[in-house]
Amino acid sequence: MAYLDHAATTPMLDVALEAYVATAREVGNASALHGAGRQARRRVEESRERVAAALGARPAEVIFTGGGTESDNLAVKGIFWARRSADPRRTRVVSSAVEHHAVLDAVDWLAAQEGAEASWLPVDALGRVTPQRLRAELATAADQVAVITTMWASNEVGTVQPVAELAAVAAEHGVPLHTDAVQAVGQVAVDFAASGVSALTVTGHKLGGPAGVGALVLARDVAVTPLLHGGGQERDVRSGTLDTAGIVAFAVALETAVRHQQQYAARVAALRDDLVTRVRQAVPEAVLNGDPNDRLPGNAHFSFPGCAGDALLLLLDAQGIACSTGSACSAGVAQPSHVLLAMGADSARAGSSLRFTLGHTSTSAEVDALIAALPEAVDRARRAGGLRASR
Amino acid sequence: MVPDGVGKVVGVRVLAAMSGGVDSAVAAARAAEAGHDVTGVHLALARNPQTYRTGARGCCTLEDSRDARRAADVLGIPFYVWDMAERFQADVVDDFVAEYAAGRTPNPCLRCNEKIKFAAVLDRAVALGFDAVVTGHHARLGADGLLRRSVDLAKDQSYVLGVLTREQLSRSMFPLGDSTKTQVRAEATRRGLAVADKPDSHDICFVADGDTRGFLAQRLGTAPGDVVDDATGEVVGRHTGAYAYTVGQRRGLHLDRPAPDGRPRYVLSITPKTNTVTVGPAEALAVSQVQGRRPVWIGGPRPADPVECEVQLRAHGNVVSATVAVTGDGLRAELHQPVRGVAAGQAIVAYRPDPAGDIVLGSATIAA
Ligand SMILES: Cc1ncc(COP(=O)(O)O)c(C=O)c1O
Repeated sequence: MAYLDHAATTPMLDVALEAYVATAREVGNASALHGAGRQARRRVEESRERVAAALGARPAEVIFTGGGTESDNLAVKGIFWARRSADPRRTRVVSSAVEHHAVLDAVDWLAAQEGAEASWLPVDALGRVTPQRLRAELATAADQVAVITTMWASNEVGTVQPVAELAAVAAEHGVPLHTDAVQAVGQVAVDFAASGVSALTVTGHKLGGPAGVGALVLARDVAVTPLLHGGGQERDVRSGTLDTAGIVAFAVALETAVRHQQQYAARVAALRDDLVTRVRQAVPEAVLNGDPNDRLPGNAHFSFPGCAGDALLLLLDAQGIACSTGSACSAGVAQPSHVLLAMGADSARAGSSLRFTLGHTSTSAEVDALIAALPEAVDRARRAGGLRASR
Repeated sequence: MVPDGVGKVVGVRVLAAMSGGVDSAVAAARAAEAGHDVTGVHLALARNPQTYRTGARGCCTLEDSRDARRAADVLGIPFYVWDMAERFQADVVDDFVAEYAAGRTPNPCLRCNEKIKFAAVLDRAVALGFDAVVTGHHARLGADGLLRRSVDLAKDQSYVLGVLTREQLSRSMFPLGDSTKTQVRAEATRRGLAVADKPDSHDICFVADGDTRGFLAQRLGTAPGDVVDDATGEVVGRHTGAYAYTVGQRRGLHLDRPAPDGRPRYVLSITPKTNTVTVGPAEALAVSQVQGRRPVWIGGPRPADPVECEVQLRAHGNVVSATVAVTGDGLRAELHQPVRGVAAGQAIVAYRPDPAGDIVLGSATIAA
């Protein structure tokens, strides 16, 4: 089998798995006052320190959550609510057109339910948000902006954003900027303090940890209204009994991924470049989407003109090759990518795209398997055409 | 034991259309057991899939897509959802509305088979390297290429498959034709398929609440017009849209005046041009000749001479014996006894009685 979908989720690192199992065998609620509770609490706090150190943050800035989606919702809604309470004129939310649905839909929800006014920063053909665009957006009524949220790197096309420059523009206007760094951590260098962002989302299962655990790194001067009320864990920001084993495994994975990031990126980018070169040889019409230079090391995202992405996926899947067409709705229908549409692609091109993402277990044999299967799959998919009505 | 009906060569790649119901799940299971390489596909037909909670029924709910997926999991076959919503809207829903607007009574299931399942889906499947499409229709399709009624006459669906061409049938598999619905349900239970006791779907899947008139009114608006007595030409009532009536309909006419003879009156015809609904006594409904358009002949070579056979004129309708002649792009049936309530837009399907299951000879769309 060739697993080329590491951006969806990547296998757990052995060290993380072992840490998980060892911790899960222990009893103790991290909020309890006895010895077993203190032991669990100690594991959580050690993990917090590890995460903070690996990300250039202070331990008190790390809030453990149930993963990327929760961290994004907490940042977007929580900062919006807190800043609007502090000043009711702050009802604007500035985001980009290429965000993950965890941000996109949270912003949409604020607009629909909370009277927020959303602005979506456009991107260029490579999927980049420019500091100029943000500056222009903030030129008027910046004092009404509650929160800015722009991702660090695209989960779809792999484009890495100029986050530090965007944060600098936000800082000029005193507006907090949240960034979804789910796809960035462990792939490119990420330093919370140096980047100047106010809040950063990270999740376990994209970097060798378990799914269902992650963190929001939140600068101490940024107020956030909780989504979850209850026992008051995590500075009262995120109530709920802490998942000690998950947090430990997450921290171990994150620390390991960050420590090896440069070596990893060099190795995986070389493999990815080989994949891109060979896909282009095998299918000369294939178009690489996203920024050819500033991109995640493991990401290769193509449009295959005349093919439906879901047909290619089915054919490759039958050959044991796992890849992705992007997001699907709850019924399982592949949706045209809002990211590609925002980059100026028409719906045909958006619907003909396929994402291959490499990770820590990737081998050249997997790339070989893809290249062996791709030409016939493209040929068949092209004959099958799209799904749309032929009108 | 592999039931017959999976009469194709063993070991071919087949695409199982899985609606989320019990029939298609068992059909896929049988195809897999027969040694075929089966891939499951659920067709997303609704633009905005709804859940049961929001009142939708039929084939377009999230629960159905989930049920289909779970059945595929149990069978251990790959599973995908294909978005057929746009084609379904154009070829089935819009057509349904247009047919009613033209005073005819369409059969959307038949249309869906003709245009979606055994056309768009089959074509795509073939292009992707599949040899056939397998569905849970209750009909028999043997190695002889002949389409026969199911052994379960109450569940028989050969009528809605009667529009398929020989070409389409040559790439289709109906593994359930030799079983009764009861047997299919029992088998689903035995195979651990959770859909085993899911109720049968009866309604038109895209008319969520079963209110076809309301559905049409929403799309065609109201167009008040006269209800006219066939014999006297007198206006005997008013209607809010001629499209909402079906030939043979008796209830819901709301006539102002009873017939002079006091007997019930039925819809005899619908004339969209003048927006009139013509009514009359039951006897006036009786027809003894039916004209069809776009004939398909699958029971052998197209007959040069008229054929003695049986014809069925609507889904779940009775059969009558008839003499059928196929002429160029038309079909004419002389019914040996008059039939009431023959509606344009429905199919006329001709069968040859056979002890091994009545054989579909051909079909056509009933002309006005
Ligand atoms: C950019 C981005 N943000 C957020 C998420 C959601 O994270 P999680 O799966 O941990 O909820 C993902 C992963 O699906 C992602 O790629």
